[in-house]
Amino acid sequence: MKYGVIRRLPYLHTSYLHTSTYMFRWIFISTLMLAGQAVLSANTLRVCKSCPVSSIKAAIQQARPCDTVFVETGIYKEGNILIDKELTLIGRGQPVLDGEGKTEIVTIAANHVHFEGFVLRNVGTSYSEDRAGIRLKEVSDFYVKGNRVENAFFGIYLQKSKNGVIDGNEVIGEAKDEVSSGNAIHLWYCDNILIINNKTIGHRDGIYLEFVNFSTVQGNYSERNVRYGLHFMFSNDDVYRGNTFHDNGAGVAVMYSHRIGMFSNHFEKNWGPAAYGLLLKEIHDGQIEGNTFQENTVGIFAETSNRIVYTKNQFIQNGWALKISGGCQTNNLTQNNFIGNSFDLAVHSAGTDNKFDGNFWSDYAGYDLDKNGIGDVPHRPMKLFSFVVSKTPESLVLLRSLFVDILNFSEKVSPIFTPENVVDNAPLMKVVEPDR
Amino acid sequence: MFKILKYSFYDLIRSRWTYSYGGFYLLFTLSLLWLSNDLSKVVISLMNVVLLLCPLIATMFGVMVYYNSREFTELLLAQPVRRTSIFLGQYLGVAGSLSASWVIGVGVPFALYGVFGSPQAANFLMLLFVGVVLSFVFSAIAFFIALKNENRIKGFGLAILAWLFFAVIYDGLLLLSLSMLTEYPLEKFSLIASVLNPIDLSRILILLKLDVSALMGFTGAVFRKFLGTGLGMVVAFAVLLLWVVGPVVGIKRVAERKDF
Repeated sequence: MKYGVIRRLPYLHTSYLHTSTYMFRWIFISTLMLAGQAVLSANTLRVCKSCPVSSIKAAIQQARPCDTVFVETGIYKEGNILIDKELTLIGRGQPVLDGEGKTEIVTIAANHVHFEGFVLRNVGTSYSEDRAGIRLKEVSDFYVKGNRVENAFFGIYLQKSKNGVIDGNEVIGEAKDEVSSGNAIHLWYCDNILIINNKTIGHRDGIYLEFVNFSTVQGNYSERNVRYGLHFMFSNDDVYRGNTFHDNGAGVAVMYSHRIGMFSNHFEKNWGPAAYGLLLKEIHDGQIEGNTFQENTVGIFAETSNRIVYTKNQFIQNGWALKISGGCQTNNLTQNNFIGNSFDLAVHSAGTDNKFDGNFWSDYAGYDLDKNGIGDVPHRPMKLFSFVVSKTPESLVLLRSLFVDILNFSEKVSPIFTPENVVDNAPLMKVVEPDR
Repeated sequence: MFKILKYSFYDLIRSRWTYSYGGFYLLFTLSLLWLSNDLSKVVISLMNVVLLLCPLIATMFGVMVYYNSREFTELLLAQPVRRTSIFLGQYLGVAGSLSASWVIGVGVPFALYGVFGSPQAANFLMLLFVGVVLSFVFSAIAFFIALKNENRIKGFGLAILAWLFFAVIYDGLLLLSLSMLTEYPLEKFSLIASVLNPIDLSRILILLKLDVSALMGFTGAVFRKFLGTGLGMVVAFAVLLLWVVGPVVGIKRVAERKDF
């Protein structure tokens, strides 16, 4: 579990430590449990078309707690399968559980369930209930691994569950709009969950967390989700790290959530009139470090977000690298690289105490006479045109015109309009090398 | 007319101004390509150049050529040749040689770097096209102004002013009116206003090709919706064509009545 361990970062919130210790305990116990099962009493059952037990439901009924059920290749159309015992279910050769578009497929309603290696297909869209491929209902200590959910309304749905792992699943849908689609991985009132190495494609949200605390989202890949690649609502003390968000409606939205750590993620090509790499709304005390924002219309859009530390991020060729709207206070940006963005910064609120010192700006035109790597002239990352555009969005039609260049130049020489406190007093002369 | 066009064209093609103009583009494009090796980035840098230099040089060149070839023009006027064909021939000679310098100066280095067959080919062709159109538009405007003014200083001044108006002042006025009318829905207004200026229209045509339109939010969407369709493109090209035809008609009318 090399991924489960928090990297030694200079900034470590106690809550993140919590997550990892919980995780260690859980992994330790579950390993012991599995080892114990093998040695002691547990039986195994086989399910296949020609076996004595040919249906999964029957196998679950016959099994006793701690047994293992192996399900062989085949297509099983059994409607809703309820796992209400402490069981290990393992699919061999990717058996298919087909919901035929009518029902939810697997409901896990017991603790200590291990569910691995199935293909779940065709969960019907419903406007009255949230049907899912796999639902975990008020359980703890579960392990859902290596499943593939296709054409589902909701993919994997966790409600009021804790201490579990969702590992290496693929949830692939064909969502067209927000109304008629569900989330690929959906968590509601959960604690201490590890969501790792999953692939979520073509749903409403890739991963959705509501009232989820002390959890880790790591190494996942989200693509073409209609709304967000990853979405936090009212969730605190979570970490997401090393995920890639490619071409979603918006990459990640963190809303009404506090103390979220965001490390080493990739936000790419979230491109469109209303697309963001990362949307922050009403959050505070976050840490955004080592992320890459490349070719997004807006890299980060922050609204009423306070005390957030942005360090060592790469903003490359975005429309706007960073848009900070009103009511954002005490944010600190340092050691970030801003390279080739149309606009590096748009700050709407005047008179706030956000800091922008010590970053690298590719359009910095100052000099460094004493060769200490820090430019001798302060840099104003917010151009006049950026300011004008924030007042009158339509004026963007003048982007890259000679007039605008003249305007920016004259403002640079003697700043009058752009907010005085949006300034980097120690701009770096060289690109900050990312940590490896 | 074609004979005069031919003479004027050959005369200009042999002049060192045309050479140095073409040579400048050649060197500039080559060095850009050599430095960055990235076709799309060079297309973007050249876009800034084409929007600034092509109109400026065309304006200067148009005025200069008209005043310099005045004796030759008077000689021609004494011959049994129609006036319109004299002036149109001269104008087409100027615009043609400028376009040739532009196309060769920029086209050869790009062709050497293999732009055709790369995904940038369409953008590059758009760039070439815009350069040619701007050369035609602004040399026509310059010719028209020169024809109207016997006084060289005044002619030069007005021509430069015309360039300044389209390149800078127009955008300034547009920005001013946009920021004053910010309470109103301005998408259509900004669309129409920028389509009317040949430089703005060229810039937006290239920007849309380069897919920065998403940046422009709702306004960009309106632009894309309009200019992305067949009708929008037809309108855009019609407006550009009109910007060539308008001054040319002006040249013709002034030339027919002018007393030499």
